[in-house]
Amino acid sequence: MVASSLKLQDLIQEIREAKTQAQEREVIQKECAHIRASFRDGDPLHSHRQLAKLLYVHMLGYPAHFGQMECLKLIASPRFTDKRVGYLGAMLLLDERQDAHLLITNSIKNDLSQGIEAVQGLALCTLSAMGSAEMCRDLALEVEKLLLQPSPYVRKKAVLTAVHMIRKVPELSDIFLPPCAQLLHERHHGILLGTVTLITELCERSPAALQHFRKVVPQLVHTLRTLVMTGCSIEHSVSGVSDPFLQVQILRLLRILGRNHEESSETMNDLLAQVATNTDTSRNAGNAVLFETVLTIMDIRSAAGLRVLAVNILGRFLLNSDRNIRYVALTSLLKLVQSDHSAVQRHRPTVVECLWEPDASLSRRALELSLALVNSSNVRAMTQELQGFLESCPPDLRPDCASGILLAAERFAPTKRWHIDTILRVLTTAGTYVRDDAVANLIQLIGGAQELHAYSVRRLYSALAEDISQQPLVQVAAWCIGEYGDLLLEGTCEETEPLQVGPALGYTEEGHVRGVRAGPRITLCAPRKVEKEEVLALLERVLQSQMSLPATRGYALTALMKLSTRLHGDNNRICQVMSIYGSCQDVELQQRAVEYNALFRKYDHLRAAVLEKMPLVERGGPQVDEEAKESKEVAQLSEAAPVPTETQASKLLDLLDLLDGPSENAQHPPPLDPTPGDTLIHLLDLPCAPLPPAPIPNLKVFEREGLQLNLSFVRPPGTPTLLLITVTATNTSGGDVTHFICQAAVPKSFQLQLQAPSGDTVPAQGGLPMTQLLRILNPNKAPLRLKLRLTYDHFGQSVQEIFEVNNLPVETWQ
Amino acid sequence: MGCPIIRQIEEKITRELLQTILARKPKMCNLKIVYKRYASLYFSYAIEDQDNELITLEIVHLYVELLGKYFGSVCDPDTIFNFEKAYFILDEFLWGGEVQEISKKNVFKADLLQEEAETPRTVLEEIGLT
Repeated sequence: MVASSLKLQDLIQEIREAKTQAQEREVIQKECAHIRASFRDGDPLHSHRQLAKLLYVHMLGYPAHFGQMECLKLIASPRFTDKRVGYLGAMLLLDERQDAHLLITNSIKNDLSQGIEAVQGLALCTLSAMGSAEMCRDLALEVEKLLLQPSPYVRKKAVLTAVHMIRKVPELSDIFLPPCAQLLHERHHGILLGTVTLITELCERSPAALQHFRKVVPQLVHTLRTLVMTGCSIEHSVSGVSDPFLQVQILRLLRILGRNHEESSETMNDLLAQVATNTDTSRNAGNAVLFETVLTIMDIRSAAGLRVLAVNILGRFLLNSDRNIRYVALTSLLKLVQSDHSAVQRHRPTVVECLWEPDASLSRRALELSLALVNSSNVRAMTQELQGFLESCPPDLRPDCASGILLAAERFAPTKRWHIDTILRVLTTAGTYVRDDAVANLIQLIGGAQELHAYSVRRLYSALAEDISQQPLVQVAAWCIGEYGDLLLEGTCEETEPLQVGPALGYTEEGHVRGVRAGPRITLCAPRKVEKEEVLALLERVLQSQMSLPATRGYALTALMKLSTRLHGDNNRICQVMSIYGSCQDVELQQRAVEYNALFRKYDHLRAAVLEKMPLVERGGPQVDEEAKESKEVAQLSEAAPVPTETQASKLLDLLDLLDGPSENAQHPPPLDPTPGDTLIHLLDLPCAPLPPAPIPNLKVFEREGLQLNLSFVRPPGTPTLLLITVTATNTSGGDVTHFICQAAVPKSFQLQLQAPSGDTVPAQGGLPMTQLLRILNPNKAPLRLKLRLTYDHFGQSVQEIFEVNNLPVETWQ
Repeated sequence: MGCPIIRQIEEKITRELLQTILARKPKMCNLKIVYKRYASLYFSYAIEDQDNELITLEIVHLYVELLGKYFGSVCDPDTIFNFEKAYFILDEFLWGGEVQEISKKNVFKADLLQEEAETPRTVLEEIGLT
């Protein structure tokens, strides 16, 4: 026995007094050496102290494996103190990975059958803390015996040990299932709690057990009701709530039993309402029970009124001063917002308040929830709140907030002007955080809203004049100025819709606002006339600015070029810029400048045509606004072979080598708007690359009195813009169909070619079907629309049918 | 099912938590950590995804109350110098991560039971007086 070994308290004291990690290590290493020696030499009187020291050291993270065998020795000792520390050591040092752990099985077995409660408790404790599957199998029957022993002290521990054993060895459920029903009638809270936990574990592991235990639902309901309504002894109350732990555990079990089971759910409906209304909410304990009740209500087949009650409880939680409670409320509401949308909507104002929480985890969830609550009736108010939030929220939330606002605007925009304003505001406030496609989306949106071109370009001009640092904004503004520069200069702006800035104000259906307050960094459109020189100067500033990205400068350069045709007066200034940039370091800009220079010098006669206004670019987005739909109205019907039209435009196309050849040109007159030069193509975000070919399902489009029309589609892999449709007409009726003519029409941006049909008769009784091939070119990848006109004779009658084909698969045009 | 961890100082919490988390097997579900701070003491409890966080706060608080009742007051030195006692009390309160007994009377009845089983000599030894 080494004399200089420290007492436990002293060791702890010394370790705490160590100033550095190294010092601490030194003390510990020294002491561990003593401990090792003591174990080796054997010191039955003091070994429990040595082990205690070792355990402390282990808790700090130092190795202590050499104490494992000592634990075994101490467990086997008859002295209680030894056993206690020995078992504690086993729990801390031994686990399934150590070979030594099996050796204590025997000790545990002996101690379990000893009959001394305290010792049995120790043994059970250790078993449930670190018992491996093997140990559990060996000792299952011992534990089962203890379930029925008279002493509640041992029984409650035995029940919980059974829980652990079932987790380790699910087959042991067979042993532990039968006693449960009886145990459920216990009055002792500890045993009851353990039993409910045990049943929960059994049910979670086996559907058969779940089925079996549904019959105890009434019993559970009764117990919980008694707890809530009658209360229990003081020693089991927490903050005035009767045994909240037991309540929560019962509620969890009820949840599992009632899930997907109509009958059980019904049995517990009243009880749940009772718990919800009778629980004291002033302290956390009560709220914990309420929370569990809400979770249960939402998971079982509860009545609608009960669900609303649950959502309202969560809504009240949102107003609680305790942050933790607000947190669980937000998290739960997020899970419910899809399934119980209208109930959650009622708490929208409170949710929006939570946006301003200083705690990041709360405000993030509030943001997610707020975005999920936006719908067409509250979009204006919500966007207002969210934009206010965007202005001051922490940087890591900005991207989500910005893209959330843009998405909501896209889905629910009440008017185009509002939409444009909203995007503009987002770009001004948080331009650097928006996604890449925001620029293309806004351009497309503005492009499609012809009546708003003047408004948009003026707003954008003002915004740009104020600040040229927000790149997405600058890019859109430059594009617009280039496209609509003429509108910018024409007169002053008319009265625009006043900007809505600040807290949610009252909104009428038409969107007129009561009261206006100017917001940060947003001005109404310039009241005075804009001069040409100003515009050019601004674009030049953008070009030269350090803050402008290469892409932005590209936009500015092209915009300047376009202005040479839009604005009157000489173009010397613009020419000058082009020649300067002809030797720019940036290869991209240089190329553009050189090409534009060429336009000025050698191809001036083509300049106007090249720089004409852009056509609307279709994109396969979720929202196709009304004006765009109208503009895609079917142009004309077509028949037989195409008639090529050689116009100035198509000559230009040849020059620029964009299409395969004039023979593919449309039958209808252009707009085949000349797309001005390759350099401008990448301004617009043309949608995705061609998809790998996959078979497109056939479509039945027409049926009348036995005559059926089917369409089959092919997208040849080499030509992504080409779609081949085969129209097949079959006739199962008794009479022939004669003089059959099929004509087709497509929107303006498409090109259609009908090849000659196989015949004009569809014989009766399922005779040889008639086929006809349609070739459709879709250079803009626009959504396909197809109208068919059929004329034929059938049963002695002339028939004419005109209809649009619905449900065209997206693979036909994407 | 929860997992109680008693630690005194914040840096050490991280280490222990990491150890516990790394010790978990791949198929176990995600952990949530619920913790409560009492002056310089941190009590952390790891729970599963579907467990109720609010009741976990109650569990932590009840344990602190138990310690408080036993030691007279809960502060750093008490729990550290008597860490085995803290474990023994814990073993009467929680069991395999589940709540076992919430009556303070019953918890201490058991502990005292065990202490009475000691002979005087071993008690003295235990508190380091011989």
